[in-house]
Amino acid sequence: MVALTDPAALDAPAPPDRLARARRLTLWLALLLVAVALTSLTVGATGVQLIDVARSLVSGEELTRMERVVLLDIRLPRLVMGLAVGAALAVSGAVMQGLFRNPLADPGIVGVSAGAGLGAILAIVLGSLLPPALLGIAGAHLVPLAAFLGGWISTLLLYRVATRRGQTSVATMLLAGIALAALSGAVSGVLVYLADDTQLRDLTFWGLGSLAGASWTKLAAALPILLIAMAGAMLLGRALNALALGEATAAHIGIPVQRMKRLAILCVAAATGAAVAVSGGIGFIGIVVPHLLRLASGPDHRALLPNAALLGASLLVGADMISRSVVAPAELPIGIVTAVLGAPVFLWILLRQRGAVDL
Amino acid sequence: MLEAHDITVRLARSEILQGVSVTAEPGQLTAICGPNGSGKTTLLRAMTGDLPYTGRVTLNGHDIALLQPWELAAMRGVLPQASALAFPFTVLEVVEIGLSRGRAAGQSRAALQALARVDLAHHAARPYQSLSGGEQQRAQLARVLAQVGAPSEAGAPRWLFLDEPVSALDIAHQLEVMQIARDFADAGGGVVAVMHDLNLTAMFADHIALLSRGQVLAAGRVTEVMTSDTLSRAYGCQLRVGAAPPPGTPFLLPHAARLAAE
Ligand SMILES: Nc1ncnc2c1ncn2[C@@H]1O[C@H](COP(=O)(O)OP(=O)(O)O)[C@@H](O)[C@H]1O
Ligand SMILES: [Mg+2]
Repeated sequence: MVALTDPAALDAPAPPDRLARARRLTLWLALLLVAVALTSLTVGATGVQLIDVARSLVSGEELTRMERVVLLDIRLPRLVMGLAVGAALAVSGAVMQGLFRNPLADPGIVGVSAGAGLGAILAIVLGSLLPPALLGIAGAHLVPLAAFLGGWISTLLLYRVATRRGQTSVATMLLAGIALAALSGAVSGVLVYLADDTQLRDLTFWGLGSLAGASWTKLAAALPILLIAMAGAMLLGRALNALALGEATAAHIGIPVQRMKRLAILCVAAATGAAVAVSGGIGFIGIVVPHLLRLASGPDHRALLPNAALLGASLLVGADMISRSVVAPAELPIGIVTAVLGAPVFLWILLRQRGAVDL
Repeated sequence: MLEAHDITVRLARSEILQGVSVTAEPGQLTAICGPNGSGKTTLLRAMTGDLPYTGRVTLNGHDIALLQPWELAAMRGVLPQASALAFPFTVLEVVEIGLSRGRAAGQSRAALQALARVDLAHHAARPYQSLSGGEQQRAQLARVLAQVGAPSEAGAPRWLFLDEPVSALDIAHQLEVMQIARDFADAGGGVVAVMHDLNLTAMFADHIALLSRGQVLAAGRVTEVMTSDTLSRAYGCQLRVGAAPPPGTPFLLPHAARLAAE
């Protein structure tokens, strides 16, 4: 019998429990979210302050009609949309990175957003050609649905192209993303010629991404999809951890890999599709948020996914505040803000990874 | 009892395995040997349900094709020939990934014990990716041991499927890991291990299935299979089996055979 095992090793101080730390982080992120959300309600072109609302609630005074409209019909839906879209983008990024086993995978970068955008554009331009009866049924859901289908097809396509025997080639993945984005760009280019003026304005908005179009009608169509997709993603924590060891090992550990992959792809497509449908192509949230969280509290997806939802929501609402105040009273498209914040982080990951990834 | 009956595997239109049948008993260490490319890994992967195959594999009487992944995971653990890790998990976290439900109390303890078993407890908090190749292989073994738990439960044996568990290890850890496998078998579990080192195989295994070009060339007790003639035929070179100092254990001196041939 060979005895190399040192019995004292078991009594050594237990290594730091990163999962517990990540769970504590969840609390802080929830607090941050509340703070950001409340601040966001007070920022805007008109001078309506949250403090006025609080005062009127206390004194029983009625809000003026203008205050009501600004708060309930403009700022509140925009806030809810920012929260939901930010959470969805960050969770999609985390799920996609787990699925592709690579921290650079992101719906925006690998072309899933482009695919979803293409679906949405098709729906906007060609939707009016549908028989009115059918249009009546689909209604406000047509664009989100088409965006979902576009995102779903591109995710499937991407996974097929980039993954061989459970291993994903980063180079293939990024190149396939470029091809998808180019294809989507070309088709949208053609569609622009077919579009009328209102459609054209809608289309411009896809390119940059914005929360300015937020309304309760749009939310009614998109919010249920976003919430269901995120709830589905939250089930994937343990499976994505196992997948980090490769598909074969995940199966050995007892994960139904094929089923889990289908669920992951569906969640990413639904979340990205619905997010793109209401807010256009907002990039980098899906890369930056999971990356920061992995640095802070480790890669365990059981905590990473909920934390990504919280931080993504805060970050996008924060970026929206910046986009509304930098050039006030006009506003910057939020996609520009997230790109300015996110692109350097992306490059930084790329540089750090360069040794490990065959690019 | 593990029974693989008439297994044929086709990959990229060539037959990698042709009608291979092997059995392994609980309480024993069964080695799968054979030259490079003879189909050892392929056979192991068929028996763990990783590859499509024709034929039938039963584990403790259950056809593995009819079991759900989590049912199989409760019966057996698998150590692949090579593993990669995608994110910067620590060594302890990697071992914990193998544990089933969430993190009940004591799970960390089970993982730490498994790490201590492979002599890695002192590296528990290190990033897995910073370990050396051999240390990573031992950490993966710890993950498998933590997943499988006791060698048998309620009379039903559990199984270890190991693909070259010692190929990257120094000699002390080779002995250590083989001893872990041996102990697992002695406690009533079943072990199936793909082995390259014939001397270690002779020292620790009970049975050998010897593969050559996708077929079973010989199978049986170690002393039956490890003969100069059979091994020379399987590996396609002159080999001579002798008897090591502890009487009865065969051992191999490849260079002695070469010297004798000259
Ligand atoms: N996916 C595959 N496609 C085609 N051929 C394969 C594949 N995997 C393995 N092979 C071939 O099958 C043979 C057996 O491989 P393997 O079982 O890995 O051998 P070993 O006995 O060294 O473990 C080799 O010739 C190998 O090249
Ligand atoms: Mg092999």
